[in-house]
Amino acid sequence: MSTGDEMPTTATYTEPVLRRIDVTAPLVADGSAAGSDQIKIATEHVSIKYGEKVAVKDVTLTVQARSILALIGPSGSGKSTFLRCFNRMNDLIPGAKVQGQVCLDGENVTDQDVSVVELRRRVGMVFQRPNPFPMSIYENVAYGPRRRGMNGRRQLDELVETSLKRAALWDEVKDDLRRKSGLALSGGQQQRLCIARVLATEPEVILMDEPASALDPVSTLRIEELMRELREAYTIVIVTHNMQQAARVSDVTAFFTMADDRAGYLVEVGPTGRIFTRPTERLTEDYISGRFG
Amino acid sequence: MAQLTNTYRATGLRAAPSLRQRIDLPRRVVFGAAASMIFIVVLLLAFITWQGLQLFIKDGVSIGQILSPTWQPDSTSPNLSFGLLPFIAGTVYVTALALLISTPVSVGLALFLSEVAPGWARAIVQPALEIFVGIPSVVWGWLGITILVPFLSHTFHGGMVLSLPIAGDVFRVPGFLTGFSWLAGSLVLSIMIVPTITSVSYDAFRAVPQELRTGSLALGTTRWQTIRHLLIPSALTGVLTAIVLGMTRAAGEALAVQMVIGNSPSMPAAITQPVTTLTSQITLDMGNTVFGEPWQDALWTMSLVLLVISISSVVLVRVINKRRMGA
Amino acid sequence: MTATPSQTIGRPNGPKPSLKGKSSRGIILADRAATVVLWGTGVLVLTILGAIIVHFALAAWGVVTLNFVVSDPSETALGGVMPILWNSIYMLALTMLIAVPVGILGGIYMSEYAGENRLTNAIRFAEEAISSVPSIVVGLFGLILFVDDLHLGFTALGGALALTFFNLPLMTRLSEQALRAVPQDERSASLALGATKWQTIRHVVVPLAIPGLITGVILTAGRVFGEAAVLLFTSGIGTPPHYDFTNLDLTNPASPWSPFRPATTLSVYIWKLNSEGLGVFKNQIVDGSAAILISMVLIFNLGARFIGRVLSRRLTAA
Repeated sequence: MSTGDEMPTTATYTEPVLRRIDVTAPLVADGSAAGSDQIKIATEHVSIKYGEKVAVKDVTLTVQARSILALIGPSGSGKSTFLRCFNRMNDLIPGAKVQGQVCLDGENVTDQDVSVVELRRRVGMVFQRPNPFPMSIYENVAYGPRRRGMNGRRQLDELVETSLKRAALWDEVKDDLRRKSGLALSGGQQQRLCIARVLATEPEVILMDEPASALDPVSTLRIEELMRELREAYTIVIVTHNMQQAARVSDVTAFFTMADDRAGYLVEVGPTGRIFTRPTERLTEDYISGRFG
Repeated sequence: MAQLTNTYRATGLRAAPSLRQRIDLPRRVVFGAAASMIFIVVLLLAFITWQGLQLFIKDGVSIGQILSPTWQPDSTSPNLSFGLLPFIAGTVYVTALALLISTPVSVGLALFLSEVAPGWARAIVQPALEIFVGIPSVVWGWLGITILVPFLSHTFHGGMVLSLPIAGDVFRVPGFLTGFSWLAGSLVLSIMIVPTITSVSYDAFRAVPQELRTGSLALGTTRWQTIRHLLIPSALTGVLTAIVLGMTRAAGEALAVQMVIGNSPSMPAAITQPVTTLTSQITLDMGNTVFGEPWQDALWTMSLVLLVISISSVVLVRVINKRRMGA
Repeated sequence: MTATPSQTIGRPNGPKPSLKGKSSRGIILADRAATVVLWGTGVLVLTILGAIIVHFALAAWGVVTLNFVVSDPSETALGGVMPILWNSIYMLALTMLIAVPVGILGGIYMSEYAGENRLTNAIRFAEEAISSVPSIVVGLFGLILFVDDLHLGFTALGGALALTFFNLPLMTRLSEQALRAVPQDERSASLALGATKWQTIRHVVVPLAIPGLITGVILTAGRVFGEAAVLLFTSGIGTPPHYDFTNLDLTNPASPWSPFRPATTLSVYIWKLNSEGLGVFKNQIVDGSAAILISMVLIFNLGARFIGRVLSRRLTAA
């Protein structure tokens, strides 16, 4: 693919929102400040192992609050694995081990005494394949809030409505919220339902693991538009195989690849416009110009 | 292979099927083997139904009498009566209590195996359950007699009364006389049906896609919340099927129950008292009666009742599962 | 899009609770408690099984001797269970002789031929129906068919046929599962070489399914061996006489080899002793017999696993 011309949405970004890690900079950001240079997530020397196999090696980067970071790279370069250490989904895989620091607002989430439950409420996740629960649309969205004890009917109604509106699904489903099963929706609608479900838990960060790879082009575009809208209030990290998608939606792009020992590592990270037009690394250039992967 | 090629050349692509192909003997033989089960079922239904109806046809006993609580089947008895209610009630009560005890444990065990147990624990518990299935019912009955019954009669000899100031005795359970009791029967059954309920529920839980679990956990729920609010509702039809199958097994179990239940043909009064069931009465009396006499005909009617219960449960399971397909 | 950034539903602007906060303490405690309870169920099952095995090992100690296994029952002394054990094995063999071929052939039909139609549905219904009919009712069916109508009396043959009726669904289903587990590619490859359907089944599918089929046979055997209710009124509950194994006349009811004689098995014997036995050694004999039954169950189970594993390793290696 060619570069440069295909970035209508990212062409408007104003400043480099991400710095190549500056370890001397304070990691603790004031949570109440909403400045554009606020660091939401910072990883330091993160390595992830499955048993003996190193899946991700020594990744250090930061994510600005209210920006979209895209992780791109060939299959097996550890993007998804890396993404999953932000909300500790790697805990579910026996033998997985994360080394280094992953800080959310300055707090290391890999610490033993961190409440995973609390972390995952603040860092939501949308998966590759839409996975609505086998229950009504309403119950799908209310699922998270109910589990943390929200029972008030009016409160829930309001939250469900706002979440569905934010996920741009409300108008399509408002008439049979309680009757229609989440499984009865189309693939694109299901994925937006899953996004609404995450929004209802009121997260700060949303992780998206190839959220559009199972969808048709029209649904994909809707999800991408949605991501741009959500960016106003949330920090988003997206894994994608689709370079146009990364170029269209993200503010910052991080390129991962595999070393000779098959361990994934970070090659280069920077403002999306620059990564796609003037990558500093040869590997990145080869990948985005289609010579590799 | 060469032989086959020759056949092919000789007959040509559009040749009419040979006689051998048309008859297709292997197909007929294997079909016969499978269809023999239909034959067996039809025969069994016909024979048991015919025998079970003799009490009404030949002996002229009314449906009303069948539903009475008085069981005096001996032809020398002054007030001959073939009330089957104590047996039906006994079967229902003993089965219900067994399900009440067994279901939480079995569903818990299924959840343990499918959601909690690490590989090594599953590798121990699953074979153990298979051995459970294989333990013959007479062995369970014997264990009941030698361990459970003496334990019950020694430990709970006194009985229990719950008295309230104004209402008086709201709850009264007399103590065990001998230990042979409704409770003993239900406890033995509850252990016997654990493997049935567990394995069917386990399959139902495994059938819930993994993505749903990760989806739920990623929303910041605990494993127990995921089990309670996502897995159990999603697998509900499967768990219901498991309970119905457990119920069928419990209601049809004969020897183990008969050995510990006390066999008293009266309406069940308390869990500490002896009762009887359809299966245990058949087991006890069939050998002591003569073919064709009304007493034995009543036993055949009992077996017809059992047959109706079991066939209904098969239909029930099918209805439950059709619902699932439809949903 | 109606939602605007100012109408924030998330907490991006609010004060952030620490990740180590106690806000979710209640649900985490509930989760821990549930985990403990669920582990408890696993431990419970293992404890019960362990206790049963230990119980019978202790009860059988001093009872199950070589003498117990090889001598005839006796009213006065401890005696033995030889003829009864023989009957158990005999009934097992006779039942499996009928049930295994019919079950495997039925499994072949269900796995290879049956389409999605009413007939298949009827067979499945029959399969489920027989599985759910109480064993005592199957026994009564045998009683009326073989004893009352055909006037055979209590015979090993009648018992074996009733046992076959009862276990045919299990054998058929296990065979079907074993055959279905053979990958479709194997069938396609054979058919593509010009083999007929039956040749494919005989020379490709069945050989590949052998480990599963053997597991099915052994599991069914375990159930047949312990079954009693089916046999009470079909093969009889009398205490067997002394068996003369040199009598090979199969039509002579006095021959232990004959299917036309009553045959009380171990399980039935336990039930009989418990209901009518008054002898001094009743408890020891029952404990010993139950211990033998339990050991056989263990052997059948472990055997099924072991043979299945060995065979599948050999087949996949070859």
